[in-house]
Amino acid sequence: MFAYTLRRLLTAIPTLLMISLVIFLLVDLAPGSPMSEIPLTVPPEVRQKMIAAMGADQPVFVRYFLWLKQFFWVEPMYLLDHVFGTDFAHGAQRIISWQSKVPVFTLIGERLPQTLTVVGSAYLVGVLIALPIGIYSAYRQYSWFDQAGTFFAMVGFSVPTFFTGNVLILIFAVKLGWFPTIYDTNLTVEDWPSFYKMLMQMALPVTVLALFNAAEISRYTRSSVLENLGQDYVRTARAKGVREAPVLLRHVLRNSLIPVVTVIALGLPTVFGGAIVTEQIFKINGIGAALIGAINVSDLPTVQTITFIFAVLIVAFNLIADILYGILDPRIRYD
Amino acid sequence: MPDGAMPVLDVRGLKTVFRTRGGEIHAVNSVSFSLRAGELLGVVGESGSGKSVTMMSLIGLLPSPPAEVRAGQVMLGGRDLLHIPPHELQDVRGAKVGFVFQDPMTSLNPVFTVGSQIMEPLMRHMGLTRAQAADRAAELLALVGIPDAKKRLKSYPHQFSGGMRQRVMIAIALACDPDVLIADEPTTALDVTIQAQIIELVKDLRQKLGMAIIWITHDLGVIAGIADRVMVMYGGQVVEQAPVAELFANPRHPYTRALLKTIPSLTGERGARLQTIEGQPPIMMGEPVACPFRARCAHRFDRCDAENPARRPVDGAPVGQGHDVACHWNPEGA
Repeated sequence: MFAYTLRRLLTAIPTLLMISLVIFLLVDLAPGSPMSEIPLTVPPEVRQKMIAAMGADQPVFVRYFLWLKQFFWVEPMYLLDHVFGTDFAHGAQRIISWQSKVPVFTLIGERLPQTLTVVGSAYLVGVLIALPIGIYSAYRQYSWFDQAGTFFAMVGFSVPTFFTGNVLILIFAVKLGWFPTIYDTNLTVEDWPSFYKMLMQMALPVTVLALFNAAEISRYTRSSVLENLGQDYVRTARAKGVREAPVLLRHVLRNSLIPVVTVIALGLPTVFGGAIVTEQIFKINGIGAALIGAINVSDLPTVQTITFIFAVLIVAFNLIADILYGILDPRIRYD
Repeated sequence: MPDGAMPVLDVRGLKTVFRTRGGEIHAVNSVSFSLRAGELLGVVGESGSGKSVTMMSLIGLLPSPPAEVRAGQVMLGGRDLLHIPPHELQDVRGAKVGFVFQDPMTSLNPVFTVGSQIMEPLMRHMGLTRAQAADRAAELLALVGIPDAKKRLKSYPHQFSGGMRQRVMIAIALACDPDVLIADEPTTALDVTIQAQIIELVKDLRQKLGMAIIWITHDLGVIAGIADRVMVMYGGQVVEQAPVAELFANPRHPYTRALLKTIPSLTGERGARLQTIEGQPPIMMGEPVACPFRARCAHRFDRCDAENPARRPVDGAPVGQGHDVACHWNPEGA
């Protein structure tokens, strides 16, 4: 298991380097200038100096390696310093946003909690709804419960979140007035009333995202459980006199979870992408909103860094999926 | 074989139907048989003759829907298994009746250790603790001839060969010392040398443990070697039933005769074509009203199309105890 994990970790390194290069170059090639927001009255020589001050006049490969060093070396140092109060970084140059002139990671540190609260709980709710629905739908295939589940999964998966989001806002926030339309980023939970307020403002975005996630995961769970229910080992378990609940929840589920875990783990980073849209609709000032804002003003370091973080998340969850796969399935573990 | 002793298992008029889109398939039609203590009953017939479905109906292993056990009585230990609640039937399965399936490659759960799969029925039925169950599981593995049993408990099924997996399946089936062991073509998926080993193992275990065995197969050679009594099935019905020597010496049903002719012989003319039974087994739509074998039978006459033959005694003993056959054709006039 250790060798397996180590092998997976090592293969992740070249993957990440390749992705970082592609992201950096693609974003760099995109049209737009960091000076587009600067008034035209500013003389060209001053503009030139501003560009030089940001380091944007350097050749692209210099900027790429500098950024790589900052991302993998300098920023982790600052993180260590921040957590343990040490001084490893020695005031080294950090990745600075061209727009706000603050370190990009400070920006991310401000925005990420909003996204994680909403996306994280939405995903958790989605998975917690999807697994039982998927399992029961398969166990009672073609029952009314299964038919209803199929219908809602189809709706949930095929209707985009920007549509369901707006419909839910229209019905529950505007017409019925049960929930707020806008997510208040400054709200901190310190007592029961503020906790309740937090729940209320999270309800709609979490519902929208959870519905979407649950639709996909419940389908995978259902088909995986269905496939395993027909296997010979299930008949063996029944022939041993095992009760129905352990047959389903021990024998079948353990086998069925192998592909589902992959889907769940791989789905998590893509949810951040989907959350970009949801954040716009519910005015959540999260990481997605920060990315959109940075794209609009050609703030290249911010765009590159946030995009790369998404890529790192995808690779990391791929790794987690592989490891979970190995834990669940002994045939892979002992390869 | 103790004659006239109380049967451990007594099946009367078992009927199993599969409901499909195209109508009802009558897979098992009024099957009756009994199994005495310590006896090995061989059940033969070609694919689709209802052998497996009959045995799975006994202990409720068929998925319902589409299967439905419509009538009959299955007496085991003074109880009718067809009319007890599901949780009581679960108490019987694995405890009183052990089951060994055809394909050992897929019949074990790939994600659990062999040990935990043997321990499961022990803890479930006999109330053993984990440690006691592990000890007993190691004993069982040793009993079915797996060396280094204690260590092998921690292995996963994919680390075992097909023959060893079938030994594990037998260990699971025997775990709770069942009264009846049902072996559903346990050697079909194995190659011939392993097949011989498994047959020897079962013969040996039968002597040691003394349980009654139902052995389903389509290999008459295997039956000749191990069975006390043989039941031939065709079209979901018992067509002939007799002690093994009697059946091979004096087959009455045209189907049994044809089956015996299909056994390839080591002696005799080289290059002779293998014997076959022409035609296809019937698809049993609807209640049978005629002999299911009539389309392939050389001795067919008017009555075969009009009436499904009932089992009648051949040697004077009551049906089910001596030699009986379900056929209208009666060359000897007995």
